[in-house]
Amino acid sequence: MSRNLILGTLLTALFVGAALLSFVWTPYPTDTVAITERLQPPSAAHWLGTDHFGRDMLSLVMVGARTSIAVALVAVGIGLGLGVPLGLAAAARSGGWLDEAIMRMNDLIFAFPSLVIAILITAIFGPGATNAIIAIGIFNIPVFARLSRGAALSLWRREFILAARTAGKSAPRISAEHILPNIANLLIVQGTIQFSLGILAEAGLSYVGLGAQPPIPSWGRMLADAQTMVALAPHVAIIPGLAIVLTVLGLNLLGDGLRDRLDPRLGMVRA
Amino acid sequence: MLAYALKRLFILAISLAVASLVIFLVVEVAPGDPASFMLGINARPDTVAALRAELGLDLPVHERYLAWVSGMVQGDFGTSYTYRAPVAQMVAERVQVSLPLALYALLLSTLIAFPAGIFAAARRGKPGDVAVMGATQLGVAVPNFWFAMLLVLLFALKLRWFSAGGFPGWDDPLQGLKALTLPAVALALPQAAILARVMRSALIDILHEDFIRTARAKGLSRRQALWRHGVRNALIPVLTIIGLQFSFLLAGAIIIEQVFFLPGLGRLIFQAITQRDLIVVESVVMLLVFAVIVVTFVTDLAYAAVDPRLRRRR
Repeated sequence: MSRNLILGTLLTALFVGAALLSFVWTPYPTDTVAITERLQPPSAAHWLGTDHFGRDMLSLVMVGARTSIAVALVAVGIGLGLGVPLGLAAAARSGGWLDEAIMRMNDLIFAFPSLVIAILITAIFGPGATNAIIAIGIFNIPVFARLSRGAALSLWRREFILAARTAGKSAPRISAEHILPNIANLLIVQGTIQFSLGILAEAGLSYVGLGAQPPIPSWGRMLADAQTMVALAPHVAIIPGLAIVLTVLGLNLLGDGLRDRLDPRLGMVRA
Repeated sequence: MLAYALKRLFILAISLAVASLVIFLVVEVAPGDPASFMLGINARPDTVAALRAELGLDLPVHERYLAWVSGMVQGDFGTSYTYRAPVAQMVAERVQVSLPLALYALLLSTLIAFPAGIFAAARRGKPGDVAVMGATQLGVAVPNFWFAMLLVLLFALKLRWFSAGGFPGWDDPLQGLKALTLPAVALALPQAAILARVMRSALIDILHEDFIRTARAKGLSRRQALWRHGVRNALIPVLTIIGLQFSFLLAGAIIIEQVFFLPGLGRLIFQAITQRDLIVVESVVMLLVFAVIVVTFVTDLAYAAVDPRLRRRR
């Protein structure tokens, strides 16, 4: 196993594990205020210190992981669930009006500055995790549509597909039974990349107050709260940021590692 | 080339038309009536109705859309509900911060990425390459607003080299530039990481080409071949990414402006959103989308001009 794959898997497992663990246990409750304990630096009692309400930072980071991972994961799900069928349909009818319509629609979504539109959507329909998911998910659709179309197009010319067509299978059935399993690797790799981008996007939206709303802890929200206290207690700004960086880094390394493993020819050539 | 340009121009026009419709409709279905919002909860219904008529909010949807679009085409972005000032004027003031910031960040990103990418490609697989690639992995993973906070912590609060936020205006260009330095660095870092990776992989791809082997056979050293033939050819994909990055930087500045309290387009959008100043939201978002679509168009054309194969392929 490559170093990338090992480190990526470890980091991803750490944060996913912390998020899952937070459902049943956190070192301290995250909804109780203890003003006497506020802004304490990391110590034996509070490994990562406390925030401006005296809440344990480690507990907040664990629960925050839940928010980030949930938002990004569902957003990837939207991209996969809508983008892949669209891409497969476009490839099956390559050159037809459906292909043209789907691809032009993709170009259009790509042309929009995603951050601005995400901000517009969450601002108009109200801030919150659900609208953040929709705003991030919409931009995942063309990514997966384009990827699956491109990969499917080259498969359609292969002999085993021709055999399936000769056997009388319909295009949707061929797409589901023969094309999809063959492009699954690519989709998994792209999925981890979109997952990490989703975590960054969620953090940005929460930071400007348009993501998950208090009292639900989220990493971006913690950074926004920390902004005015960064001089007093730098750890409140450093820790949530490190959590984001390590999670995103882990997912990117995992994506790279998986790609190299699934397609060793690419190896070091592609950055 | 002309046919290709016309085709791209047609797509550009369609994109802009659809974008304006989408933005208008999204803002249209927004809950909350700007007139009631401006007058407060104690306003009498007839006063609200009068203000709605004054703002043109009582007109049918399609008439308002057409009025908005035709106004924009003529440079009239409407009048802000809350400030009672022309939106075009407000935008013009804010662009003086956001545009230089994006350009400054683009310059920094290019200045960091080019040497880093070339350095890594020339030492492919060696410790130097691994170090640069490791740094870019980290750079891609860092949220720029968090990096901005760390820069403030170090350079503004601890070392006191820069101010922690605000913008003094362009009366003294050096002071203006200084105020934009930390925001530009924060914006540039993740972009530089991406650009360095693109530069490296473009160069590595090119170093396998026959013309590099020919150049080496003619007696050029590895380094000479890399500089004379490699870098120049690698610039084509790299320039495309730079074009895309510019629009990303312009839009990405929205969040960075929040960190540094910069009076740019980003802060204008957020203020307008909280005040339900929908005409400002609509117009600024449309302007940003316009900038992105136009930059993409120009990049496409430049790309096709440099690489004739593209014109035929599409």
